[in-house]
Amino acid sequence: MDVLTLARIQFGATVAFHYLYPPLSIGLGLLLVCMEGLWLKTKNPVYHQMARFWTRVFALTFAIGVATGIVMEFEFGTNWATYSRFVGDVFGSALAAEGIFAFFLEAGFLAVLLFGWDKVSRKVHFLSTCMVCLGAHFSAVWITVANSFMQTPTGFHIVGEGLHARAEVTDFWKMVMSPSSGDRLFHALCGGWCAGAFLVVSVSAFYLLKNRHEDFALRSLRIGLTVALIASVLQAVSGDMSAREVARMQPPKLAAFEGLYETQSNAPLTLVGYVDEQDPLKPHAVGLQVPGLLSFLAWHDPHAVVKGLDQVPPADRPPVAACFMFFHGMVAIGSALLLIAALGCFFSWRKRLVNYRWFLWILVFSVLGPEIANEMGWFAAEVGRQPWIVYGLLRTPQGLSAVVRAETVLTSLILFTFIYCLLFAVFVYLLNHKIQHGPDPDDLAPHGKLAIPHLTAQ
Amino acid sequence: MNIDLHTIWFVLVGVLFTGYAMLDGFDLGVGALHLFTTKDEERRVMMNAIGPVWDGNEVWLVVGGGALFAAFPDVYATVFSGFYLAFVLLLVALIFRAVAIEFRSKQPMRWWRQMWDISFAAGSILSALLIGVAMGNIAQGIPLDANGEYAGGLVGLLRPYPILLGITTVALFMMHGAIYGAMKTEGEFHDKLRRWAMNAIIFFVICAAGTAMATLLYVPHMAARVKDHPWLFSIALANMLAIANIPREFHRGNDWLAFLSSCATMVTLMMLFGIDQYPYMVYSSPHPENSLTIWNASSSHKTLVIMLVIAGIGVPVVLTYTACIYWIFRGKVKMDRTSY
Ligand code: HDD
Ligand code: HEM
Ligand code: HEM
Repeated sequence: MDVLTLARIQFGATVAFHYLYPPLSIGLGLLLVCMEGLWLKTKNPVYHQMARFWTRVFALTFAIGVATGIVMEFEFGTNWATYSRFVGDVFGSALAAEGIFAFFLEAGFLAVLLFGWDKVSRKVHFLSTCMVCLGAHFSAVWITVANSFMQTPTGFHIVGEGLHARAEVTDFWKMVMSPSSGDRLFHALCGGWCAGAFLVVSVSAFYLLKNRHEDFALRSLRIGLTVALIASVLQAVSGDMSAREVARMQPPKLAAFEGLYETQSNAPLTLVGYVDEQDPLKPHAVGLQVPGLLSFLAWHDPHAVVKGLDQVPPADRPPVAACFMFFHGMVAIGSALLLIAALGCFFSWRKRLVNYRWFLWILVFSVLGPEIANEMGWFAAEVGRQPWIVYGLLRTPQGLSAVVRAETVLTSLILFTFIYCLLFAVFVYLLNHKIQHGPDPDDLAPHGKLAIPHLTAQ
Repeated sequence: MNIDLHTIWFVLVGVLFTGYAMLDGFDLGVGALHLFTTKDEERRVMMNAIGPVWDGNEVWLVVGGGALFAAFPDVYATVFSGFYLAFVLLLVALIFRAVAIEFRSKQPMRWWRQMWDISFAAGSILSALLIGVAMGNIAQGIPLDANGEYAGGLVGLLRPYPILLGITTVALFMMHGAIYGAMKTEGEFHDKLRRWAMNAIIFFVICAAGTAMATLLYVPHMAARVKDHPWLFSIALANMLAIANIPREFHRGNDWLAFLSSCATMVTLMMLFGIDQYPYMVYSSPHPENSLTIWNASSSHKTLVIMLVIAGIGVPVVLTYTACIYWIFRGKVKMDRTSY
C-alpha cells in the first residue's frame, strides 16, 4: 500500500480509538457533578457512594484517553507535515489553547477528585469535580473548533504559492466561530453526555438484574435515564442543525450522506436502504424513501432544490456508500436511543422498571449505542470531507509528509494496532472487574474531612 | 516589534519545555528508579509520590508541542515528520508509562504487578532517553534540504553525540526523581532514596562532563558561540554551582533546597542550550543556509500576538491552581484507600 493509504488508515484508526474514551469522560464528568451535587444537597450518603464508584470508572477512562490523545497531537506533525505547515498558523493556536485552557484544568483538578477525598472539604471537592467536568468539555471545544476550520474554513487568507502556500489568520474570532463549529460542538457534547449517561444506565440495570446494590442501582438509573433522555433529545435537535449546516456549506457531503446523485427539488429522504453502485453510470440509493423530506429537513421547504453529487466532478466526490452507511447508522442508533431513554423514563416514573427484565437487558446493552454512533458520526463527517483535508483548499494527498516512507508508516501502524488491542483488552478486563466489585459499602459512611457532623455524631 | 515577538516565542517555547523537564522530569526519574527496589510497598510509595501530579506535568509536553505547532509550524512539521519513528517510540513509551500507573494497583497478582512495573520503568527510561536524543540531534544539527525537510534516515539520528545527550538526560532525571522521592518519603526508604540520589548525582556529573567536552569537540557552531561570547561561561558556572549545591544541601538534610538546586541545574542547562541555539530552531548541517530560524519558520505576526494573549490569560491561572494542588498534596506520602 502507498504512504497515503497507510497514513489515512493510521490516522483514522488512532483517532477512532482515542474517541472511545473522551465521550465517556465528558458524560461521566457531568454525571459526577450531578451525583456529588445531589449528595451535598440531600446529604444522603448513597450519593457519596455513587460519586466514589463512578470516580473510579472515570479514572480508568481518563487514563486511556490521555495516553491515546498525545498520539493524536504528534500525528499531525508525523503523518501530515505539509498540512501542518499549511494550517499551523490557524490551527496551532486552537491546539495550544486546548492545552492551556482544558488539559491543565482537567488533569490538575483530577488529582483532587481522585486523591483528595480525605484532604479537602466537601465544597472544595465538589468544586474540583466541576472543574474536571469543565476541563473535559473545554477539550471538546478547542478540538472541535480546530476540526471545524478544516470543514468550513473562515477568517483566513492564503499567503505564498505552491509548496509554500499557507493559511494565515485574518480574524481570530471568525476563525473560531466558523459556520459549523457551534452546531458541531453542541452535537459532539450531546454525544458525550449520551455516552456517559448510558454507561451509568447500563451498569445500574445490570445490578438490578442481578439483584445487587438495589438502592444504589435504582437511584443511579434514575439520574442516568434523566440525563440520557435530555441528551438524546438535544442530540436529535443539534443533529438536525448540523445537517442543515452541511447542506449549506458542504453540499456534496450532504448528497453523499443521502446517496443523492441527481440535483432535484422535492428531494426524497431514504429512511433505510443502501447505495447501489453496481452500474457505475447510474448509481443510486435504494430503500424506503419519503419524497420531499430531505428538501424539507435541509431547507424547511419540501420543494427546495437539494444539490446532488452531479454538481461536482467525480474526482471531488467523497466515497458515497461509506458516508451513506455511517450517517444512516448514526441516525438509526440516535432514534433508537431516544426511544429507549423515553421508555426508560416512563417505566421509571411508573415505578415498573424492575418488572420488565427484557427492558433491563436492553438497557444493559444500550451503552454500545452512543459509542458506535459517536464513531460513525465522526467517520461520516471526516470521510464526507474527502477528497479535501482542508475543505476546498488543500487535498488530502497534498497534506502528506514529504519525507515519510510507506514502511515507516506501516511499522508504526502495526505497533499502534498491537498496543491498542492490548490496551483495549486490559480496559475491558478492569472495567468488568470494577463493575463486578461494585460500589464500596465503606463509602456509605464518609469520614475524614468529608464527614457530615450531625451524621457522625449519631 | 516583529523581531521581538519571534524572540519572545522562542523563549516561551523554551520555558514550556524547561517546565516540562523540571516537572515531568521527576516523574520519569522516579519511574527510572522503580525497579531498583523489589518491595511492593516501596514501589507503591514511589508511584503514589507522583500519583496526583504526573498527569498535570505531562500536559506541559502537550502544551509545549501545541505552542511549537502554533508559533513555529515549520519546525513542528520538519522535526515530527523527520524524527518519525523516534517519536512513535516516544509515544509508545509515554503510553506505557501512563497506563502502568493506572493499571498496576488494580490487581494483586504478582505477575500483573511485575508486568506493569516493568512497563512503568521501561517507559520512563525510554522517554527520557529519546527526549535527550532528540535534543542532541537538534543541538548538533541535522541535514535539511532546500524545502526545510529532513534529509536523512532513522539511523542518521543515532549518532554518538545525541546518544550521549540521551544518557545524560536519563541520569539527570534519575537524580531529579531520587531527590523528589526523598522529599516525599520518610524512614528507611527515605535513607535508601538519598543513597540512590547520591549515586545518581555522580552518574550525572560524569555524563555532564562528557557532554560538555563533546559539545566543544563535535558541535562547532555551539563552541564558536561560546568563544565569541565569553559571558556564556557565567551560565555554565552557575550550572556547576547548582550541581555542586545538591549534595551540600542533602548533607544538611535540606531535601527541598536540594530539589530546587536540581531544578536550577535544569534551568541553566536549558538556558545554555537556548542561547547557543538562538536564532536557529533547527540547525542544518552540512547546509546551514537551509536552517530553520525563528524568522523563517514562524507563524504570522497576528498569530504570535493572539497566542501571546492566550498565554497571558491562561498561564497565570494555570500556575495558580497548579500551585494550590501541589500545596494540597504537600508532605510525605501517606497511603489510604484512594492510593495506587
Ligand atoms: C451519541 C452519538 C450520536 C448520535 C446518537 C447522533 N450523532 Fe450525529 N454526530 C455525532 C454523534 C451522534 C458526533 C460523533 O459527535 C459527530 C461527528 C462530528 C461532529 O461534530 O459530531 C456527528 C456528526 C453529525 C453530522 C455531520 C456534521 C458535519 O459533518 O459537520 C450530522 C449531519 C449529524 N451528526 C446528524 C445527526 C442526526 C440527524 C442524528 C439523529 C438523531 C444524529 N446525528 C445522532
Ligand atoms: C475523534 C473523532 C474522530 C474520528 C473518529 C475521525 C476519523 C477520521 C477518519 C476515519 C479519517 C480518515 C478519512 C479518510 O481518509 O477517508 C480522518 C482523517 C483526518 N482527521 Fe479525523 N476524526 C476525528 C476527529 C478529528 C479531529 C478533531 C481532527 C482535527 C482537529 C481531525 C483531523 C483529521 C485529519 C487531519 C485527517 C487526515 C486527513 C484526511 O484523511 O482527510 N479528526 N479522521
Ligand atoms: C485529532 C484530534 C485530537 C487530538 C490532537 C487530541 C489530543 C488530545 C491530547 C493530547 C490529550 C491528552 C491530554 C492530557 O495529557 O491531559 C487528549 C485527551 C482528551 N481529548 Fe483528545 N484529541 C483529539 C480528538 C478529540 C475529540 C474529537 C474530543 C472530543 C470531542 C477529544 C476530547 C478529549 C478529552 C475530553 C480528553 C481528556 C482525556 C479523557 O477525558 O479521556 N479529543 N486529546
